Amino acid sequence: MTENRTSRNHPSRRGVVGGIAAGSLVLGAGGVRAQAAPIRIGELNSYGRMAAFAVPYRNAMQLAQESVNKAGGIKALGGRPLEFVFRDDGSTPGDAVRVAEELLTRENVSFLAGTFLSNVGLAVADFANQRKVLFLATEPLTDAITMAQGNPFTFRVRPNTYMQTKMLVDAAKAKGVKRWAIVAPNYEYGQSAAANFKKLMAEAVPGFEVVGEQFPALGRIDAGATVGALSQSRPDGIFNVLFGADLTAFVREGNTRGLFEKRLVVSLLTGEPEYMIPLGEETPEGWITTGYPWDQIETPEHKAFVTAYRAKFNDTPRLGSLLGYVVVEMIAQLLEKAASTETPKLVATLKDMKFTTISGPVTMRGLDHQSTLGAWVGETTLKGKAGAMKNWKYVDGTAYLHPEAEVKAARKG
Amino acid sequence: MDLALLATQALSGLASASSLFVIASGLTIVFGVTRIVNFAHGSFYMLGAYLAVTIVPWLLEFERSPLLFFAGVLASALAVGLFGVVMEVLLLRRIYRVPELFQLLATFGVVLIVQDAVLHLWGPVDIPGPRAPGLRHAVEIFGQRFPAYELFLIAVGPCLLGLLWLLMHRTRFGILIRAATQDREMVGALGVNQAMLFTGTLFLGAFLAGLGGALQIPRLPANSHMDLTIISEAFVVTVIGGMGSVPGAFIAAVIIGLLQAFGILIFPKITLVLVFLLMAVVLVVKPWGLLGRPDPAAGRAVLPEGIIDLKRFGRREILVSAGFVLALLAVPVLGDSYKIKVGIEILVLALAAFSLNFLIGNGGLVSFGHAAYFGIGAYAAGLLVTGPLKLPMEAALVAAPVAAGLAAALFGYFIVRLSGIYLAMLTLAFAQITYAIFFQWVEVTGGDNGIVGVWPSRWAGAREVYFYVVAALAIPAILLLRHIYYAPFGAILRAARDSANRADAIGIDIRRHRWLAFIIAGAAAGLAGGLYAFSKGSIDPTMISIAMSVDFLVMVLLGGIQTVTGPLVGAAAFHSVKDFFMPLTDFWRFFLGLTIIGMVLVFPRGIVGTLEAWRSRRRTEGRP
Amino acid sequence: MTLLEVKGITKRFGGVLAADSVTFSLESGEMLAIIGPNGAGKSTTFNMVGGQLRPDSGQVLLGGEDIAGEPPRVIWRKGVGRTFQIAQTFMSMNVVENVQMALISLRGQTRSLFSRASALHRDEALALLDSVGMADLAGRPVSELAYGDVKRVELAIALASKPRLLLMDEPTAGMAPKERAALMQLTADVARREQIGVLFTEHDMDAVFAHANRILVLVRGRIIAAGTPEAVRANPDVKRVYLGESGVKAALAARRQKHEAGLA
Repeated sequence: MTENRTSRNHPSRRGVVGGIAAGSLVLGAGGVRAQAAPIRIGELNSYGRMAAFAVPYRNAMQLAQESVNKAGGIKALGGRPLEFVFRDDGSTPGDAVRVAEELLTRENVSFLAGTFLSNVGLAVADFANQRKVLFLATEPLTDAITMAQGNPFTFRVRPNTYMQTKMLVDAAKAKGVKRWAIVAPNYEYGQSAAANFKKLMAEAVPGFEVVGEQFPALGRIDAGATVGALSQSRPDGIFNVLFGADLTAFVREGNTRGLFEKRLVVSLLTGEPEYMIPLGEETPEGWITTGYPWDQIETPEHKAFVTAYRAKFNDTPRLGSLLGYVVVEMIAQLLEKAASTETPKLVATLKDMKFTTISGPVTMRGLDHQSTLGAWVGETTLKGKAGAMKNWKYVDGTAYLHPEAEVKAARKG
Repeated sequence: MDLALLATQALSGLASASSLFVIASGLTIVFGVTRIVNFAHGSFYMLGAYLAVTIVPWLLEFERSPLLFFAGVLASALAVGLFGVVMEVLLLRRIYRVPELFQLLATFGVVLIVQDAVLHLWGPVDIPGPRAPGLRHAVEIFGQRFPAYELFLIAVGPCLLGLLWLLMHRTRFGILIRAATQDREMVGALGVNQAMLFTGTLFLGAFLAGLGGALQIPRLPANSHMDLTIISEAFVVTVIGGMGSVPGAFIAAVIIGLLQAFGILIFPKITLVLVFLLMAVVLVVKPWGLLGRPDPAAGRAVLPEGIIDLKRFGRREILVSAGFVLALLAVPVLGDSYKIKVGIEILVLALAAFSLNFLIGNGGLVSFGHAAYFGIGAYAAGLLVTGPLKLPMEAALVAAPVAAGLAAALFGYFIVRLSGIYLAMLTLAFAQITYAIFFQWVEVTGGDNGIVGVWPSRWAGAREVYFYVVAALAIPAILLLRHIYYAPFGAILRAARDSANRADAIGIDIRRHRWLAFIIAGAAAGLAGGLYAFSKGSIDPTMISIAMSVDFLVMVLLGGIQTVTGPLVGAAAFHSVKDFFMPLTDFWRFFLGLTIIGMVLVFPRGIVGTLEAWRSRRRTEGRP
Repeated sequence: MTLLEVKGITKRFGGVLAADSVTFSLESGEMLAIIGPNGAGKSTTFNMVGGQLRPDSGQVLLGGEDIAGEPPRVIWRKGVGRTFQIAQTFMSMNVVENVQMALISLRGQTRSLFSRASALHRDEALALLDSVGMADLAGRPVSELAYGDVKRVELAIALASKPRLLLMDEPTAGMAPKERAALMQLTADVARREQIGVLFTEHDMDAVFAHANRILVLVRGRIIAAGTPEAVRANPDVKRVYLGESGVKAALAARRQKHEAGLA
C-alpha cells in the first residue's frame, strides 16, 4: 500500500498546477526535471469486494511495473518510470466515477485502467468519454463495453463474454449434443453469455434446442432446487455460467445427485484458478471450459513470469495475475510507441497496435477497441485434491472477435 | 412434472427452509427481547461458516467421524455466541438508552468491520468446507438421488423448534425472554437483571446465527459475501413470521423454502425478488406478520424517538448556517474539480438524507427503502435524456421528482397502513421489488449494466456550472422541506407520531397525512436522484439497492434523528469519512465501521443531537 | 332534540359479548357516568360512541344523526371531543402547541405547507388554556408536566373544537385525590357553562356521585341499572353486584360533601 501513501502526499491544488506546468515544459523545451517524473496511471478496481481476482491482478501489475522500471523505464519518454496509482472503486458505479475523478484531478494520472464489474466498467468508460481521457477496461467482460456502449476513448483487454462463449461453442459443437440446459447467474454477464451461447450453438449445431434454463440470483443460488429443476428437463448437455460460491454449491449438489453423469458440461471461466481453487476435491471431470493452466504453460517468458510471481508473493498466479502482467506489458509498449502521454496520441497509437506479451502476440482491433488476447480452452480434471486443466490449448482471440458487420451496426450510435 | 420431481423439489425446499429457520430464529429472538434490528446477524452467520471451515477440517484430521464433525460445528457456533456476548457488553450495553434505531447503526458498523476482518484473516478466496462424515452420500427417493446431508438438515429445523420451545417454556431464562418479548417494560419493572437477560439473549441469537453458518459448510463455501446475502432473507423470514415469534419464523421459512423450490420451475429468475414479493403481500394482508402481535407499547405515553424539540434558529444558528452555505458555494471558486464533485455529491446526499428524516425524525415512519425513490428519480431522469424521447436535462430534472412522487404515492398507499418495524420492512420490500424491476427489465433499463450517457445539458456541462445547478435546486429544496417541518403540515405529522389516538380524536386523517408526507419525501429524494444521475453520467440498479438505502439511514442516524439539521451534517460526515479512507486502504470498510462505532459511542444521539444536548446541559448548569 | 341517543349497540369479541344492546341517552349540559366492575364493557361502549370501535349492531345518534361505525376523526367533526384513560397528548410539543394542533385541525389547515404552525391561533389556544387553568404553563413542554396538568391540557384540546358532547374515559385515573376533585369540578363547570353533554366512565366513586347527573351501571356488557345517583345507590342489584357496602358509604360521603359545598 506504499503507493497509496505516497500519492496521498500530493496536495490537490499543487498537483493540478504542477501538472499544467509539467505539461507546458514537455511541450516546450522538454526540461530534464519533467523527464524524470514518473508516468502516472490510475488503476481502479474492486480490491476489497472482489479481492480474489483483483489482488493477484494488482500483484502482477506491481511485478511488471518493477521490471519495466528496472529496465530503464519508458525509453521513448526519456526513461520516465511507470507509476500505477491503485484505488478501490467501491464496487459501485457511483463510487467508481468519483474515484476516477480523483485520480484525474488529484493524482494527475495520464489515463485510467482497471475495473472488474461490468456496470462499473461501463460507467467509468462513459466518464472517460466525457472527460476525453483514455480508459483501458482491463477486466470487465460485458460485450457492451466494446459494442453498443463503445466509445472512442475506451479499449478492452480481456476476451469478452462473446469471445469466450464462442471458443467454448467451437470446442463443444463437434460432440453433436442437441438437448441443452443453461444455468447462469441472473445478471448481465450470465444473461448475455446464455444469449450468445444459444445464438452461436443454433448456428453451429443443427437441431440444437434449449430444454431448460435457470437463472439464480447472483450469490443466492438455491443449489438443491436448481439442480432438481435442471435434471427435470433431462438435457444431454449443460452450459454453465455460474462462478464463485454459487458454482461451488452447485457442483457439490450436482455431484451428489449425479446431475453431471453422462452429460456434456460446458462451463465458462471454470478453469480459471480463481474459481477452480475453491472447488478443490469437487472439481468435476471433463467439463469443457476456458481457464488458465498456469502450471503447464511452458513458454520461457511465461515460466519466468510464474517464477518471479511465486518468488515475490509466495502464491500461485491466478488469471488475474496473468492479465495484470499483460496489461502492464501492453501499456509500456504503448507508451514506447506513442512516445507521448497525450490522450489523442495514445488513442491513435492503440488502434490496431500489435503487442508482444507473455501469453503471445496481441492486437488491439481498431474497429471495436477489443484486444485479441485469447484464452486457454480445455477440460477440467482432478489432480490429487485440486482441480486442474487437461487437453488444453491456447486459443488466440483473433478468430473469435465479433463479426465486423455486427460491430458496425452496434457502434454506429 | 412427475411425482419424483415434486418430492425432491419439496425436500430441497424444506432443507433450505431449515437452514433459513436456524438463522432467522436467532434474529427474531434478539429483536423480540432487545428491539434491536441487528444487521450484524448476517456477520455472525458468516463467522460461523468461517470458523467451521477452519475448526472442522482440523478435527477431522484426528478421525473422520460424524461426532467430531458436529463437535466442530457446535464449537464454531459457541465461539460466535461468545462474539455476540462481546458485542453486547462492549457496544450495545452502552447505548441501550439511546433511540432504538441508533443501535441499528452500531450493528451496521460491526457488519463493516467483520466484513474486512474476515477478508484479512481468511483471505479473499472462498473456502469450501468438508462434507459431513456419514452423510456424504445420496439417498434414493422415487428413483432420484438426494443428498443425505440435506435430509439431515430437514430434521434440524423441527428439532431446533422443539428445543427452543422447551427453552422458552421450561427454563427461567426462556420465560424471561418470552415475557420481555411481550412487554419489555414489565420485565424491567419486575426487577429482572436486564443486562444479564440481554447478554444471554445476544449469546443465544449469535449462537444460532453461527450454527446456521456452520451447518452450511457442506453445501456452501465460506465466502466474504455471505453476510449480506443472508441478512435480508433472514429479516424477511422474521417479518413474515411476526417479529419475535419463533414458530412464526419457522412457518415463514417453510413457505419461502417451498415457494423458492417450486417457483424456479415456472419463473427461473424468481429468486431475485421472490422473498420480497412474499413479504409485501403478507404485510399488506397481515400487518404484523403471520404470528406477530401489535407492540404493547403502542398506546403508552412515552417520549417518541425522533425530533422532540423543534427549535427555531436563533441569530447564531442562522449565521452559522449562512456561513456554511457560503463556504459551500465557494467550493467551485476555491477547490479543484474533485472537490467540486465531492461537493455535488454531499449536496445531493444531504437532500436525500434530509427527506428521509422528514419521515423518520418528524413522522416516526422509519423507511429502510428510501433508495427506491432516489433511484426512481435517477432512472426517470436518465431514461428521459437517453431514451427515445431525448429530453433535455431541464425537463428530466422536473420529471425526476414527479416520477419518484408517483412511486411514493403508489407504495406509500400500502406502507402507511402499517407501523414500526413492519412499516420499515414493507418500505424495504417495495424498494427491492423496484430494484428487481429495473434490474430485470433489460430492454428499457439496461439491466444491471445500467445506462450511460446521462450528462447535463451543454450549458451545464462544466462541473462548476453543474455544481451551481445542484446547489440552486438542492438548497432551496432543503429549505422548503425545512419550512414544512414548522408549517402545520409538518407539525401535524409530528403530532400523529406523538399520539395517533389523540391526532385521530382531533379530526386528523392520519393515513392520508402520512401518505402525503411519503409523497413529499419521495419527490424530494427523486430530485436528489435525478441530480445524482447527471453528476455520475450513468444510472444503474446500485442506486436503488439496499446498500444505498442503508447509506441514507446511516447518514440520518449519524447526524441525529432528533434534529432537523442533523441529516445534513450526517451526510457530509459519512461521505467525507468514506472519501477519506477509500484512497488510503483496501480495508476502508473496516475503518468506516470503526468510525461509525466511535461516533455512536461519542455522539449517542447523532452528531447534531449530541452537540445540542451538550449545549443545553451547559446552559442549564450555567443557570444560578 | 336529545344530544346523544344510543340504541341497542352490541359488540362481540370472539365468543365474549362485551356490550349487549346497550341503550341510553344524554342531554346537553348533562353529565352521565358509566360505571361497572373491570371488564363490564365500559370502555367498549365508550369506544363505540367515540368511533374507536365499530358496533356489530345498533345505532349511535348524535343530534338525530347516526354516527355508529364512523371513524373518530369524522365523529370529532360532528362535535364530539374526547379524553383518554392514559392521557394522549403530543409529547414533543409544549402546552400551547398541543391546543394549537386542535385548532389548526378545526380550521382545516392541517395540510398547509407555508404558514408557521406555532403562530396560528395562539391567542385562542391561550384562552382555552386559561379556561382550564393552564395559561401559566403554556410554554412548558408537555413531557415535563405533572400528570394532573397533562389531563387538563387534554381537556383543553378536547374543548378546542367547541364540542357538543365530551367523552371522558376515566378522566381521573392515575391522579392524586386532590387533583381528581379539581379536575371533575372544572369539567362540571365547563359543561354547565357551555351546555356540553359529558359522558364519562370512572372508577372513582367520589367523582361519580359528586358530579354525575345520571349513572349507568354496566355488568358483563349489560345495563343493570340507570338513573340518578340516589336511585342507583338505592338499587339492590347494584348494591349486590357492584357497589358493595364500602361503595355505598363512599356514595353517602360524597353526597354529604357536595351538600356542604352547596351550603358554603
